[in-house]
Amino acid sequence: MLQLNSLSFTANADGKDAEIIRDLTLTLHDNQFIVITGPNGGGKSTLAKLIAGIEKPTAGQILFDGVDITDMSITERARLGIGFAFQQPVRFKGLTVFDLLRIAAGKTLSLSDACNYLAEVGLCAKDYIHREVNASLSGGELKRIEIATVLARNVRLALFDEPEAGIDLWSFQNLIRIFENMQKTDRNRTIIVISHQERILNIADEIIVLADGRITKQGTREQILPDIIGTNYAQNPCQKMV
Amino acid sequence: MKQIDAVQKRLLQEVADLHEIPEGAYNLRANGESVGRNTTANIDIQTKTEGSGIDIRIKPGTKKESVHIPVVLSESGLKETVYNDFFIGEDSDVLIVAGCGIDNCGTQDSQHDGIHRFYVGRNAKVRYVEKHYGSGDGSGKRILNPVTEVYMEEGASMEMEMVQIKGVDSTRRTTLAELKQDAKLVVRERLMTHGQQTAESVYKVSLNETGSSADVVSRSVARDVSFQKFDACIVGNAACTGHTECDSIIMDSGRILAVPSLEANSIDAQLVHEAAIGKIAGEQLVKLMTLGLTEAEAEEQIISGFLK
Repeated sequence: MLQLNSLSFTANADGKDAEIIRDLTLTLHDNQFIVITGPNGGGKSTLAKLIAGIEKPTAGQILFDGVDITDMSITERARLGIGFAFQQPVRFKGLTVFDLLRIAAGKTLSLSDACNYLAEVGLCAKDYIHREVNASLSGGELKRIEIATVLARNVRLALFDEPEAGIDLWSFQNLIRIFENMQKTDRNRTIIVISHQERILNIADEIIVLADGRITKQGTREQILPDIIGTNYAQNPCQKMV
Repeated sequence: MKQIDAVQKRLLQEVADLHEIPEGAYNLRANGESVGRNTTANIDIQTKTEGSGIDIRIKPGTKKESVHIPVVLSESGLKETVYNDFFIGEDSDVLIVAGCGIDNCGTQDSQHDGIHRFYVGRNAKVRYVEKHYGSGDGSGKRILNPVTEVYMEEGASMEMEMVQIKGVDSTRRTTLAELKQDAKLVVRERLMTHGQQTAESVYKVSLNETGSSADVVSRSVARDVSFQKFDACIVGNAACTGHTECDSIIMDSGRILAVPSLEANSIDAQLVHEAAIGKIAGEQLVKLMTLGLTEAEAEEQIISGFLK
């Protein structure tokens, strides 16, 4: 479903070139739940952005269902079925939660369907559906709405960049249930989640450890998790609260 | 009612959402003359005996009634100044819809300057909606210079929604308000300018007595090489609360000058102003593009939401 061939990405910061992704080759299959972990600054978010088209690779090739999407725009990739939930969701003055869900659905969206997406992310639809996606929403609320926009799109490949950041422990279980439901409802769907959380790693079919722009480990959960458990790459949800 | 043509009908839809003759009281003015009027038991409309314009008198205690007074101009080169005075009785609760649409396909400038004066009685509640719209591809300009004066008695409240989204080449809008005890004024202005249009919006709101309050918020978008000036002054002369906010998006080579100002003449006046101008954030475009919109579609959604 997704193939990355010798992908590289160099960013220019303060006049210096920094290589964020280094000659990375990776093949991902249909109906997989993949978790990418690794140290901060290892290139995880950049890799997700390269797949969604938000960043353009400096070298290499991206194939999606066999089609070369390397030069395709964000919009074209979205229309092929790639979805992206941002680590830090954007606020919009004036656009309501319903507007965003309607845009995401790409068609006329009934109020009741929109409400279902909100209920799925644990928000009371009545309270949120007509609210503006502006600074009056908390980080946690925004994050859940961000996830709802991906649910509303019914994508083939869903990318979630640290979906758990900013949401409370209560909704952690909810989040995992969302991922499980997404996979149940479409057997062809692949989900890529960037996360350090042990609970999310625990439901992965495949785990990839990315460090310094390279894949340092890749394999099934059974193969990889024992090696990284207890490290910063696989944190217990309570760890950050200590 | 006299016949109105298709262009005038379209203008009416734009400025007053009118597809048919409105219910309740109305006065319809087309190309400089009154072409239709209806009064009700509680709302009277009279042509001024001196000068151009009408007096609208709303009886005390009138509830849930509306007055529509749209103006349409479809003749090139027409210039008019009209005085409309509203006398709103105590304890009434009414909706007033005004608005002006100009279609100018000719080479001469068309101009409508409407001067609206509102005398809002004690504890009366008014919602006022005013839309301005221009169309036509002639080289003649479409010019609107509205002046709105509001005099509010004790406990009166007024909510004003002023919208100008399209087609007006030049506008200078002036709004003056004076508020007595516990009176409350809320203004929501939405403005978009294109091409070489210029729009100036000036407010002076005087909070003269204890408990009076005003909230003046403008959201605007300046595109192409258009220019806007937002000049809002709230004067606190007593224990009062005032807030003014100008929130703008600039695109292309659009320019905006925001001049919010506050004048406190009483130690108990609480006044706040905010102004923010900027282009559409790149990350907002990216987010909507990941939902499948093109960049142009994303821009359109962001702007229509902002000006909603």
